[in-house]
Amino acid sequence: MVGEKEFGSRVFRWVNNLLLIIIALTMVLPFVHVIAASFTTSAELADKRFVLFPTVFSLDAYKYIFSTNTIFKALFVSIGVTLIGTLWSMFITLLTAYGLSRKDLIGRRQILFLFVFTMLFSGGMIPTFLIVKETGLLDSYSALIIPVTINVFNMIILRSFIMGLPEGLIESAKIDGCNDFGVLFRIVLPISKPALATVSLFYAVAYWNTYMHAILYINDAAKWPIQVLLRQIVVLASGLSYDSSEFTNIPPPDITIKMAVIVVATVPVLLVYPFLQKYFTKGAMLGSMKE
Amino acid sequence: MRVKSETLIEQSSQTELTTVNKDLQKSFKAEIKRRIFKNKLLYLMILPGLLYLIIYKYIPMFGLVISFQNYKPYQGILGSEWVGFEHFTRLFTDSDFWMILRNTLVLFGLHIFVAFPIPIVLALMLNEVKNLFFKRTIQSLIYIPHFMSWVIIVSISFVLLTMDGGLINELLVNLGFNKVNFLMNSEWFRPIYIIQVVWQSAGWGTIIYLAAISGVDPGLYEAAKMDGASKFRQIWHITLPAIRPVIIVLLILKIGDVLELGFEHVYLLLNASNRSVAEIFDTYVYTTGLLQGQYSYSTAVGLFKGLVGLILVVFANKMAKKFGEEGIY
Repeated sequence: MVGEKEFGSRVFRWVNNLLLIIIALTMVLPFVHVIAASFTTSAELADKRFVLFPTVFSLDAYKYIFSTNTIFKALFVSIGVTLIGTLWSMFITLLTAYGLSRKDLIGRRQILFLFVFTMLFSGGMIPTFLIVKETGLLDSYSALIIPVTINVFNMIILRSFIMGLPEGLIESAKIDGCNDFGVLFRIVLPISKPALATVSLFYAVAYWNTYMHAILYINDAAKWPIQVLLRQIVVLASGLSYDSSEFTNIPPPDITIKMAVIVVATVPVLLVYPFLQKYFTKGAMLGSMKE
Repeated sequence: MRVKSETLIEQSSQTELTTVNKDLQKSFKAEIKRRIFKNKLLYLMILPGLLYLIIYKYIPMFGLVISFQNYKPYQGILGSEWVGFEHFTRLFTDSDFWMILRNTLVLFGLHIFVAFPIPIVLALMLNEVKNLFFKRTIQSLIYIPHFMSWVIIVSISFVLLTMDGGLINELLVNLGFNKVNFLMNSEWFRPIYIIQVVWQSAGWGTIIYLAAISGVDPGLYEAAKMDGASKFRQIWHITLPAIRPVIIVLLILKIGDVLELGFEHVYLLLNASNRSVAEIFDTYVYTTGLLQGQYSYSTAVGLFKGLVGLILVVFANKMAKKFGEEGIY
């Protein structure tokens, strides 16, 4: 009887593990295929179809997409927006989160409500567009940063983290003559690395992935971030030649080239992911759990 | 929603404020002034965030008034002509309205009934894994799609599904089937949409459930085992009831997003041949507003959508409370 039950739970565990492996593979194999396919020739791809490890290695697709500076420019825009945007957002979010975490701040509950309410209701696309236009941001890189300065969810993660720090730490620093800026930058910052890493990752990924704001606020193709260019190349098969003189005599992008562009747009996120991974699950929890 | 946690902590100072004697009110105001002044640095710190909030979040909310006007950019909000509910009447009588409403509701239904339960099942499965290394590896892999933009996800789907040498169609041909034009066929739009949603969010969605499950008292399982309860009965009678509050909070939040189906995602999939199933309010706002310049009309559409979303989340929250759950605020 007992043996039968143990056998049953063993079978259960094996089936469960097997299913999980299959699920995890379906999540990552499309990436692996795209990466592998980008490093092979289109002839090889047409022959073998499902390439996980290319037998013919070729950098032709990358040579092609980097043969002009279109991709470089878009990458440069995306990297710049990601770095500056993340720093800017972290700075403002941290100030706000710290301020709203202090019990001395009269009205902090009301102010916090003002922030949270924007998660439930907003002016929507057009009124926001009009304000971005009125504040003179259209067609500038700031249009990708300023209108999304604070993500309320990220702010709440930081705020919950700061509120979880021992109160005595902040009090004693104040008694030692530290003002609030001093407390934030000398006491709170050094011990908040996990939360800071998590929220920075969330911001950086959001900035790297920015697409909607770029198509809403930026008309000038020379200022496109990589995501917009990716869409042009893969789906519309046209973006590589917004300056048509650059690509004379070159046929439209074939499938390995599209894959190479996808890889270029994806790899930066995949590169930072393993380093920050140990932090973010904890961070994501902070924001979602009610204390 | 998370304001709630605040309530208790702040309650003390609130009651302090309200129960104060009237004679004391003057000195109380002075006290508040003194405290604000004493903490002026704190107010200085939240000032940039507050300015951002006002300019880019609250002014656009007031900008919603243009849905009752014939807004012309050169006349401004003050100079534009007021037209009452004209744009709303136009929306509700537009032949596309029902199509858009239906499409929006169908996608919403797919979110609630297909995409929402999957992370719960996945979390229950992960919870049964005893080998920590194996568990962590699986988790690391299934979180990855969460960090990919819709452009990347749609692009990957595109190169896999295209008729022109895409992997899936080549496989179909090898297996003796005909090629399917997944990307231009309106029947394939909804399956592709929801598969992409699940693919992107199922893994990440497990985080909260896993945390909730890890909080369940292990003694309950021991007791159930003693009584001879099977694995599935344990999950059904112990794990699921224990994480029910979390499930309900997340469900309410999901309903709050009822009409936030992701402009980017749908817009990227939208094309002339699938418009009859793919056009939703967000994409309609974009085409009528930004591409055709009908600012007032598209704002009215957006306002209608936003209000329905707000009403739904309030309603869902009320229902949750009625059934004895906590709700989100």
